[in-house]
Amino acid sequence: MSTPPDNPGPSSAASGEEERERAAASDAAAGSGPRVPSGRPEVHAEAAELAEPLDGAEAARPGEPAGPARSGAGVPAEAPAAGRIPVRKTYKLYMGGAFPRSESGRCYPVTGSGGAHLANAALASRKDARDAVVAARSAFSGWSGRTAYNRGQILYRVAEMMEGRSAQFAAEIAETDGIGAERADELVAAAVDRWVYYAGWPDKIGQVLGAANAVSGPYFNLSQPEPSGVVAILAPPAAPLLGLVSVVAPVIATGNTAVVVAGERAPLPALTLAEALATSDLPGGVVNILTGTTGEIAPHLASHADVNGLDLTGADPETAAELERSAAQTLKRVLRPGGREDWLADPGISRMTPFLETKTVWHPIGV
Amino acid sequence: MTRETREVAVPETVLPPDPAASNTSLRALLHGLPGVDEVGAKERAADLATRSIKTGAKARAIDLAIRMIDLTTLEGADTPGKVRALSAKAVRPDPDDPTVPSVAAVCVYSDRVAAAAEALAGSGVKVASVATSFPSGRAPLEAKLADTRLAVADGAAEIDMVIDRGAFLAGDYRAVYDEITAIKEACGDAHLKVILETGELATYDNVRRASWLAILAGADFVKTSTGKVAPSATLPVTLIMLEAVRDHYAATGRRVGVKPAGGIRTAKDALKNLVLVNEVAGDGWLDPDHFRLGASSLLNDLLMQRTRLSTGTYPGPDYYTLD
Repeated sequence: MSTPPDNPGPSSAASGEEERERAAASDAAAGSGPRVPSGRPEVHAEAAELAEPLDGAEAARPGEPAGPARSGAGVPAEAPAAGRIPVRKTYKLYMGGAFPRSESGRCYPVTGSGGAHLANAALASRKDARDAVVAARSAFSGWSGRTAYNRGQILYRVAEMMEGRSAQFAAEIAETDGIGAERADELVAAAVDRWVYYAGWPDKIGQVLGAANAVSGPYFNLSQPEPSGVVAILAPPAAPLLGLVSVVAPVIATGNTAVVVAGERAPLPALTLAEALATSDLPGGVVNILTGTTGEIAPHLASHADVNGLDLTGADPETAAELERSAAQTLKRVLRPGGREDWLADPGISRMTPFLETKTVWHPIGV
Repeated sequence: MTRETREVAVPETVLPPDPAASNTSLRALLHGLPGVDEVGAKERAADLATRSIKTGAKARAIDLAIRMIDLTTLEGADTPGKVRALSAKAVRPDPDDPTVPSVAAVCVYSDRVAAAAEALAGSGVKVASVATSFPSGRAPLEAKLADTRLAVADGAAEIDMVIDRGAFLAGDYRAVYDEITAIKEACGDAHLKVILETGELATYDNVRRASWLAILAGADFVKTSTGKVAPSATLPVTLIMLEAVRDHYAATGRRVGVKPAGGIRTAKDALKNLVLVNEVAGDGWLDPDHFRLGASSLLNDLLMQRTRLSTGTYPGPDYYTLD
């Protein structure tokens, strides 16, 4: 920035504070549309002398009222004097550890409980579902091949990251469900606790469901639960965070990878969860989150031959029957919707067992 | 760029009466070829790769691609059993669906030709054999000739030879030429595919020169790669080779085939190659006699795409045979 040396005011080594003041004033001037004529001509005159007239010569003048924005003349109510321009977020899908836009380029408006527009979310297509299955499949061998102990550690890390975002989760739940802040905080705490609960299970589920079987021969005979593969999950729309966590965590805790269709009505907590997952140590592709119309995506996941399990918790009863029929064309484990779920109740292990298969190993007993 | 290469197709300027009279005359011919516009070749290939092939055209293209496959197993661990299994798959790629056509050939090492020939007898699927101490090509000519003769005697209808890249890069074009003609003679009735191993040729200009050299020496096919060196068959390289065979056809009327091999794994890759063939060389090459795809895992992906088109549901690899 060059200023003439004979101008004592602005040219004297502008402090940081001055700079900010200038920027604010020039924003105000720019935002006010046509310039307000009264009291301004001298500014223009001085500005003409300066090399960079728009970069705040006026604001640096001591003692002058800070310009039209602060005096309020002809300025819209949301002028920058009220604060920063909001940083709007572009919500995208979560797939293979990255955040791509929908292949279709579509998005849809997400509204709060009062009908206010909250954000635009990506409207996933059939091909996004296909890509998500590919991502989940390629992540499966790495994830299921980790030690159960390590999976538990990573899941706990996810809970840590969720805890750090609890204020954001609470705000989103409060907006979408129209509940009070206190209730929202409770639900977020329950969701984080639910994740911690499942983080403890990976290295224990084998002891609960496995067995050393007695057989009529000189063999060790051991049964162990093993993950079935890629599980497509239709998340419950009524409980956007707690319900989502309650269906996703058990599936990946047991070593499966997941393609999750977040509820159409309230996808924002799912997308924030995706950010928590992406910043934890969870390998990309273990959880893939699609937002959009369940009715559009679900049939393709149900009939997909490379999907090994289908959780229909978020499907309504009529479509659930149809989806189950498509799933029957290939060998899929299907978890049927169980009516009204109490998401705050103790979950037990009932959501982990449907997507486990038992492997039994025979081994000769040595002499 | 296309116009530039079309000028090559003028017979008088391209082919002197005996281009291989000496290393000097070969060098004059090959270095007289127009240089490849690298950026242009890449752009053209990338542009053609964006063509969208859907529904009915896609179904036909998938079946054509299946018929063009040289189903390949070139591992040190190849057993006669694996060759038999691969041969069975070559004849009937999808056991559940008899409408799937057979592939063009099964490509194996020369000592596995007998097993493949036995398994494929009467099926119409040819046996192709790599020879000439594939993949490096570093062996005495006598050994390479013996390798070739053995493969042909055992029943190989096609021989995939590698050129001596060392001699080519050293500028000894005549040695490469002589070797190809010697192997061609040893092949007898068998078709000769000449592998340029473009990943080792360093420049696109060299790819164009090597293609012309192989074509002039009597190759029935020019093939990009062994699959053992990265990068293998990239689209720009295939494009340059297709231009060479197209221009040679225009000059002489002899139609030499092209075979990209290595790195073609998905149906989409295969379709991109077919678009390239159609747009660069013309539909005279859209035929298993003049275009092949050297691949192994590609076949399952084509079968899956076929299923997807016919049933509307996404298939999974669990429902197809392992290679």
